[in-house]
Amino acid sequence: MTVLRVKDISILFGGLKAVSNFNMTLEEGELLGLIGPNGAGKTTVFNMITGVYHPTSGEIEFADKNGKFQNTTHMKPFQITQMGMARTFQNIRLFKDLTVLDNIRIAYHSNVKYKTFDAVFRTPAFFKEEAEITKKAIELLEIFNLGHKQAELAKNLPYGEQRKLEIARALATQPKLLLLDEPAAGMNPQETQDLTQLIRFIREKFNLTILLIEHDVSLVMGICERIIVLDYGQTIAEGTPAQISQDPRVIKAYLGEEVGLHA
Amino acid sequence: MKKNIANGLTLAAIAVVFTGIMTALVFFGVIDEYTAQILSLAGINVIVALSLNLISGFTGQLALGHAGFMAVGAYTTAYCIMKLNLPMFLAILIGGLVTAVFGLVIGFPTLRLRGDYLAIVTLGFGEIIRVIMINLEQITGGAAGLKGIPSFTEDILLAPALSLLWVFSVMIITIILVSNLIKSSYGRAILSVREDEIAANAMGINVFYYKMYAFTISAFIAGVGGGLYAPFFGYLNPTMFNFLKSVDFLVIVVLGGMGSITGTVIAGFVLTYLQEFLRFLQDYRLVIYPLLLIFIMLFRPSGLMGNREISILGLWQRLFKSKNQSQSKVDKAGER
Amino acid sequence: MGFLHEFLQQMVNGISLGSIYALLALGYTMVYGIVKLINFAHGDILMLGAFGGFFVLAAYGVTPLTFILALLVGMLVCATVGIVIEKTCYKPLRSAPRINALITAIGVSIFIENGARVVKAIGPNPKQFPTFKTVNFPIGDINISQIQIIVFVVSILLMFLLTYIVNYTKLGKAMRAVSFDRQAAYLMGINVDWIISFTFALGSALAAAAGILFASAYPQVEPYMGIIPGLKAFVAAVLGGIGSIPGAMVGGFIMGIAETLTKGFISSQLADAIAFGILILILVVKPSGILGKNVSEKV
Repeated sequence: MTVLRVKDISILFGGLKAVSNFNMTLEEGELLGLIGPNGAGKTTVFNMITGVYHPTSGEIEFADKNGKFQNTTHMKPFQITQMGMARTFQNIRLFKDLTVLDNIRIAYHSNVKYKTFDAVFRTPAFFKEEAEITKKAIELLEIFNLGHKQAELAKNLPYGEQRKLEIARALATQPKLLLLDEPAAGMNPQETQDLTQLIRFIREKFNLTILLIEHDVSLVMGICERIIVLDYGQTIAEGTPAQISQDPRVIKAYLGEEVGLHA
Repeated sequence: MKKNIANGLTLAAIAVVFTGIMTALVFFGVIDEYTAQILSLAGINVIVALSLNLISGFTGQLALGHAGFMAVGAYTTAYCIMKLNLPMFLAILIGGLVTAVFGLVIGFPTLRLRGDYLAIVTLGFGEIIRVIMINLEQITGGAAGLKGIPSFTEDILLAPALSLLWVFSVMIITIILVSNLIKSSYGRAILSVREDEIAANAMGINVFYYKMYAFTISAFIAGVGGGLYAPFFGYLNPTMFNFLKSVDFLVIVVLGGMGSITGTVIAGFVLTYLQEFLRFLQDYRLVIYPLLLIFIMLFRPSGLMGNREISILGLWQRLFKSKNQSQSKVDKAGER
Repeated sequence: MGFLHEFLQQMVNGISLGSIYALLALGYTMVYGIVKLINFAHGDILMLGAFGGFFVLAAYGVTPLTFILALLVGMLVCATVGIVIEKTCYKPLRSAPRINALITAIGVSIFIENGARVVKAIGPNPKQFPTFKTVNFPIGDINISQIQIIVFVVSILLMFLLTYIVNYTKLGKAMRAVSFDRQAAYLMGINVDWIISFTFALGSALAAAAGILFASAYPQVEPYMGIIPGLKAFVAAVLGGIGSIPGAMVGGFIMGIAETLTKGFISSQLADAIAFGILILILVVKPSGILGKNVSEKV
């Protein structure tokens, strides 16, 4: 079953076409990689899918929780998130001055059923649901091995754990599609290895479809079933890792970069 | 669940006993009338400063027109008491609600936008509302103002104690309700807006809605604070609500710590008392306040308390219950 | 008085007043463009400039030469004050949360106002500003005073000067670069701190000139005189598109004309409220202003 359809989207930034006629479909359970040199427009594609930017032309459709397709081209990010899409950011955006636990609990907010009245007058409904949220949040943190750090401020976590917390926070919104923007950025090979395991694990555990932007080609080649290569805002190749690594256009686009494609 | 109810009852009992004792101290003259006046005034200042902290400290949106909101609440309340003969409680409540409507109207065009427009729009609102008060002579008495607003009681001997009882009751209710709100999912949504709007949005938080939410509640509380002003002073005029009044609240919030309810309460009482005590400084006080703002921002932006809170319940349990049940005295922001 | 006559007369008044707002709005827009801060103290710089002019004119009498001297002194003093404020109060907060810088700006604004109150030479009471004796030049049945002409001519000259600096000098190029992308400008070897200081100096000098012109047209000076023109000039900057220099000029003139027309045709008490109404209206209809660009934050 298809989860996301991106049809011919383009966006102009002050006359410059950052992405042109980009197409993509995502099938349920798929793990798709989006790669390309710096400035190729990968994050811009992400931002259009998640509603941060709106494409100048083209359409995006996302299947809601009942599997019915909705046009999300002009929706706001929070609406799209509430439909079941979550993301992380290239340059980590945690709620720095809040605790690890609260970072997660915030992500549960759009599913909270008790009302302001319950919160302010502390009704039984409030206590019941708060306890549930906290329990779920801690369970999620345990999965990421962050349970013991729940009371720390997010800004005090080491870099690698901040990345993990951001993924955990995205999962707390209960998405069926997860978008990861360079999750391995700034990690050493060992950490990248662990991250690969983690992504595989959460994909199984939470039944996720994943779209991954990555610079680290070894990570993408090792984990993705299908890859789209962007350059200068255009798709230059699409296929399995094996096909991609032999595509002459891809090799050309990466020429001059130190990254090799032999994963 | 039982523990939650017990905690709630304990807190309510502490609040009632505290307010009762304070009122009795005034009634029996242990606290003199002048001090009682200052305490009541401080109570009102705390209420309005809390409302400012909600939007500026917790939601991260600077508002500079809370004196204007107070004015709306005060005049509405006075009108309800004098012209409509409504009971005090209802009059103050309506004052708050009318102010909340003003908040909605101002917030709607402003809070949609990123950036600092709220600061300048609320500043403008605070100035314009005074022009309107001066021109709406039939309702507000114009520049001369309104006189002869009935006090909380007609009995002159009871007045100081009853004023204090009213103000402290409203203040304590406000403190409890605001801190309950902050320590809930709705409070966390508000905090996430302050921390990072883009990330909050990506987490499914409707950023504009929660700014409006916080701003409207803030306006309501400021209106209630203004509503208390009317019977407390017995007269109102537009100069009572000038820009410097808004700044007074900002100084309380900044000094206490943006994002700390405890800080606002402490700073509210300390600064109100100092203001009376430092009257001999006259105009120099007007220079000290802005310097205080600048120095705190430059050298200690977290103010006295940062975003920490002192939990009354925690203190109580520490004092009177066995050690293993006690909570820590100072709740770190996140452990709420 | 006929409608057309009243209309033209108010247009003349509005253009003169508007040129003052335009000068002041330029400072807001330049500072916002370069450090993304609403400099609340900008209106108070106008007041300081007016007092600078006041002392010169009170000491040496009012002649064309002393008037020019007053302008130069006021602008120089305020440029210095602008730099000092920037270096001491705003620079340390560049990486702090926005709200902290805003609160500091409010603090600086009130400090200047109330500081002026307690300084003996200024004091809380309004003072008569020494100005030229009004000479009217009737054109048809419309009156144009020589003060209005001076205000307009001086403003236009200063705006040309500014446009020249920004568009055709190396400094101006650096200013534009810093406002476009501070990080990149820094990497290109531009002394960013210096450029920001220079921007504050330039904006403050224009505010000082605006103050002296304002006081010449409405000959009274007092510590709080900058607040309302400051607010209106801010609205002008938003109306024109904050960050845009031509926008601030256009916005300034529109604000001036809107105000005098309101005074002439509706009510003089509403003249202040109209600025606020305009602000709300732009924020609803076109928050990026007339000449501003829609900029979305980089994610």
